[in-house]
Amino acid sequence: MTTIGHPIAETVRQDPAIPFDVERVRQDFPILRERAHGKPLVYLDNAATSQKPQVVIDTLTRYYRAENANIHRGIHYLSERATEAYEGARAAVARFLNAAEPREIVFVRSTTEAVNLVAQSYARPRLQPGDEVVISAMEHHSNIVPWQIVCEQTGAVLRVVPINDAGELVLEEYERLLGPRTRFVAMVHVSNALGTITPVRRIVELAHGRGVPVLLDGAQAAPRLPVDVRALDCDFYAFSGHKAYGPTGIGVLYGKAPLLEAMPPYQGGGDMILSVSFEKTLYNVIPFKFEAGTPHIAGGIGLGAAIGYLTGIGLERIAAYEHGLLAYATERVGAVPGIRLIGTAKEKTGILSFVVKGVHAHDVGTILDQEGIAIRTGHHCAQPVLQRFGVPATARASLAFYNTRAEIDALVAGLHKVRETFA
Amino acid sequence: MSDLRELYQQVILDHNKNPRNFRRLEGANRTAEGHNPLCGDQITLYVQIQDDVIGDIGFQGSGCAISRAAASLMTSSVKGKTRAEAEDLFHAFHKMVTTEREAAGDPRALGKLAAFSGVREFPIRVKCATLPWHTLRAALEGKGQKVSTE
Repeated sequence: MTTIGHPIAETVRQDPAIPFDVERVRQDFPILRERAHGKPLVYLDNAATSQKPQVVIDTLTRYYRAENANIHRGIHYLSERATEAYEGARAAVARFLNAAEPREIVFVRSTTEAVNLVAQSYARPRLQPGDEVVISAMEHHSNIVPWQIVCEQTGAVLRVVPINDAGELVLEEYERLLGPRTRFVAMVHVSNALGTITPVRRIVELAHGRGVPVLLDGAQAAPRLPVDVRALDCDFYAFSGHKAYGPTGIGVLYGKAPLLEAMPPYQGGGDMILSVSFEKTLYNVIPFKFEAGTPHIAGGIGLGAAIGYLTGIGLERIAAYEHGLLAYATERVGAVPGIRLIGTAKEKTGILSFVVKGVHAHDVGTILDQEGIAIRTGHHCAQPVLQRFGVPATARASLAFYNTRAEIDALVAGLHKVRETFA
Repeated sequence: MSDLRELYQQVILDHNKNPRNFRRLEGANRTAEGHNPLCGDQITLYVQIQDDVIGDIGFQGSGCAISRAAASLMTSSVKGKTRAEAEDLFHAFHKMVTTEREAAGDPRALGKLAAFSGVREFPIRVKCATLPWHTLRAALEGKGQKVSTE
């Protein structure tokens, strides 16, 4: 199969020998030239969604302008092109995660849908009353609620691994919770509310020691750290396109082929079947068995372009740059009087949650917004985490590799303005 | 910056810092809970109503400066008012924070509540300002159910 040429993705490839050039990277993101309330946009809400490089925008435009057709069925030229581009994106995702084969990559709408798919299609048929599903105390709602639903359906019980005051998983408690009734472990790789990187390798190892399969929620990890699903040996891995500099509405579920093959379809419809009669329907092979209906073709191809862009820079370099920026931000923001950082794990990524003494997070957000600074305020869809720290809401600045030290300085200046307003 | 100063007026900052009627009312015969899921604002309202008049009123909860000040000023302004008068104030307040400056009329007619006129420039904060008022309505209607801004 010849790959459809998407040559733009290649032009951004940076020589690993050349130091990471943030100013050059910023040129690739047109939205960073926008202004908010008359001020230069300082976008620090990357954990909610990331901005899109020009190559992704161009890929989407080109797809709709020159390649649009339905896939996997057309006999015509365009359909063939669209199918090749879409399947090319699947192969790119497989390489990105170091999956053994592209058929282990299921395109879904989002991380949320990926978790729901595994909960309903893998776990539900296997869970008996009294069985246990283990999650952590720092999961996003999307890795809590699907398991609560499946527990309600089956009589299984949800067990929650606690976190310590720094926001780190208490590994001994996890070990203790893994018991004879544990049937599944679903764990976050990087916490969206705290930035904590969980010890995923150890988590998988311990679960596998008891024959328990593991799903990792990689929504925040995949855009920030190199991920190798074969080295981790996780059974399922999920992430979203839009947090990884790709389009919204497209997500990825990685699953080990034998597991995916043994699972019943999640939804019924076109594309997921081999033949249909009113007596019997034969399901398609993986991954198509899980992709009922016309998928988000443009989204898949756009995600492929985003991944091409990210690997062009290199996830190691991205992680290293963000790590340096986080250290700077932690020091600068932490030095503002009245600031309490929430989430101080030793191993963390560029997510900075904090509260300002005497000021509600929402007021912090409004004042920073007037300065052109976009942060997230509230519970970050992780209410149990905030309950753990006894705060109703936090302000969260989440970094990307296109953020700069000057932007952190702007954030700090904004925080001083917050304190002045509420002095 | 002027928008911001209009949002966080001195009256609002004062009522945020020192909220009035910030207490649980033992003799309350009406209560209601309000919740703004977007930012986690949460308010419990206690109302003592007799012969259609709001005799006493108190609130508890946590929230942003706007919602806290709004609850403080709302409770201060409806105390001693009849149910109908409170309803009128609700409508006038709602109109002030949701409609264009020209159409909203003279905010001074609302007394201290006029401090919230700047909220209209911040559409996502309107819910913070109106949450206590919606909760008041729920309490007066005696439905006893949780109101939500969503």
